[in-house]
Amino acid sequence: MSNGILVFVEQRNGQVRKSSLEALSEARRQAPMGKELVIAVIAGENIKSLAARVSKVKPDRILVADNAGFGKYSTEAYAAVLSAAIKKENPRYVFAANTAMGKDLLARTAAKFDAPCASDVLELRPDNGNLLAVRALYSGKCRGVFEFTSPLAFMTLRPNVFALSEAENGQQSPIEDLSVTADKVRAAVAETHAAEGQKVELSEASVIVAGGRGIKGPENWPVLQNLCDVLGAALGASRAVVDSGWIDHGHQVGQTGKTVSPQLYIACGISGAIQHLAGMSSSKVIVAINKDAEAPIFKHATYGIVGDVLEVVPRLTEELRKLNSN
Amino acid sequence: MKIAVCIKAVPDTETKIQLAADRQNIDFTGVRFITSPYDEFAIEEALKLKEKHGGETTAFCLGGPEATDVLRDALARGLDSAVHVCDASFVQLDPLSTAKVLAAAIADGGFDIVLCGHQGSGTDNSLVPSMLAELLDWPQANIVVKLEVEGGSFKAEREIEGAHEIVQGSLPAVISAQKGLNEPRYPSIKGVMAARRKEIAQKDAAALGLAGKVGSAQATMKIKEMTMPADRPQGRIIDGDVDTAVKALVQLLRSEAQVV
Repeated sequence: MSNGILVFVEQRNGQVRKSSLEALSEARRQAPMGKELVIAVIAGENIKSLAARVSKVKPDRILVADNAGFGKYSTEAYAAVLSAAIKKENPRYVFAANTAMGKDLLARTAAKFDAPCASDVLELRPDNGNLLAVRALYSGKCRGVFEFTSPLAFMTLRPNVFALSEAENGQQSPIEDLSVTADKVRAAVAETHAAEGQKVELSEASVIVAGGRGIKGPENWPVLQNLCDVLGAALGASRAVVDSGWIDHGHQVGQTGKTVSPQLYIACGISGAIQHLAGMSSSKVIVAINKDAEAPIFKHATYGIVGDVLEVVPRLTEELRKLNSN
Repeated sequence: MKIAVCIKAVPDTETKIQLAADRQNIDFTGVRFITSPYDEFAIEEALKLKEKHGGETTAFCLGGPEATDVLRDALARGLDSAVHVCDASFVQLDPLSTAKVLAAAIADGGFDIVLCGHQGSGTDNSLVPSMLAELLDWPQANIVVKLEVEGGSFKAEREIEGAHEIVQGSLPAVISAQKGLNEPRYPSIKGVMAARRKEIAQKDAAALGLAGKVGSAQATMKIKEMTMPADRPQGRIIDGDVDTAVKALVQLLRSEAQVV
């Protein structure tokens, strides 16, 4: 691999996104220190202090575009930053986390450079000095291995799949100012509103508790939320309950919702329609709780309990709370 | 207002996926095609924009013969005209090539806005709308759940991780739709009848000036192989009353799976 990997590190409100550091960690694994270059690029306003956190993943250098014009996200302004970094470093690959911002930015910038882009990459395979990208298709019902025949290629890496490797201490990576003026900005973020009710983001959560028809009604979400709170989990939902208006679409897991790969997925009262299974079957451990012993979800579960969600979940919450307090 | 809608025919989300013998694509034998679910929100938004601002709406679909039915369906829902973009060299295109073909079909149409689904179901790339915006040299907003268009500018609310962003920008622009943007209407009987009589315009690579320039042969992202995910190991049902089963589960999650 010549010229190494450039990684776009996403920050919002002065917080570096963990999934960006996962992408940076993977870049460092694919381009080992001393052999290949890994350069991080970050944009925002008053963000110089974030370089310390980014340094823990040991990029060779950090390019910082810090000015008032980058305080709020704009595809065109950030694409100007990323383009300037690419022209300066001439990398073989450009990585970012597969987030709303990562996809929006890398797709636009890839087209600017007439270069290909692979989104939601699950695995990278070294291949004669190049990288092959493995990505899910049909929401995970199958997978595709892709090769790039261009000198530059872009990829967004799925959160929670690539291990974060941060050094506890060590040297600060050298920082370079990236002086960019975005002259053509025709659309930009004016304001941001936090979504209601979701304390942990679904696609980045390491534990997900999801509810389906078996929770009997929207008045029972607190039963699942209590379990979420004990586990630090995000709350997910089946399409059936989203379509019934029990919960916002932002919680939907599966085809036409989010595809997730947490360490632990607890399916509560979800029967396991093919579209739902597609979105969560790459979870490491799946627990199914359903009163119908014949529900398809049990065929995919690591552990199953046949029983009423509204009886089992409160007991489970209590038992886990005891474990936490010990 | 001139509105373009990009739609795609995709395998029904109920489809049980099997691979073709060469493992370069899925086996399409017996597969039923539908309009990609997110594209339905783009179609509906186009109809709503036309109702409010007047103008005309055109659907574009890049694909093989399966595109005809989804274009007829779009016409039946009320779009004014339909363009089928089809060429033997356009099979299994990568996202960038798809965007190039769509840009060539749309660029000279004098459109004020292009609406797309934010993700094509199946290939799941979520890249084409942004690439199309860049190639047209227009601004963009993706994963949009609320859209207002007024006097040459737009205000779009888009879904991001744990929040919504309000994007403001100028037209023309590319907007990609997320579920929640609207409630797609069903085609009326009258609409279905009218759609049958409408002509679907055909455009191939030569008509778009792309022959020998854009196509599967020129694409720089190629599929090497498709695989099925590994089967999950056989799980186990934990027996016993609620209390016993829950205690056993917590024990397993802790000591065997080591996830709590």
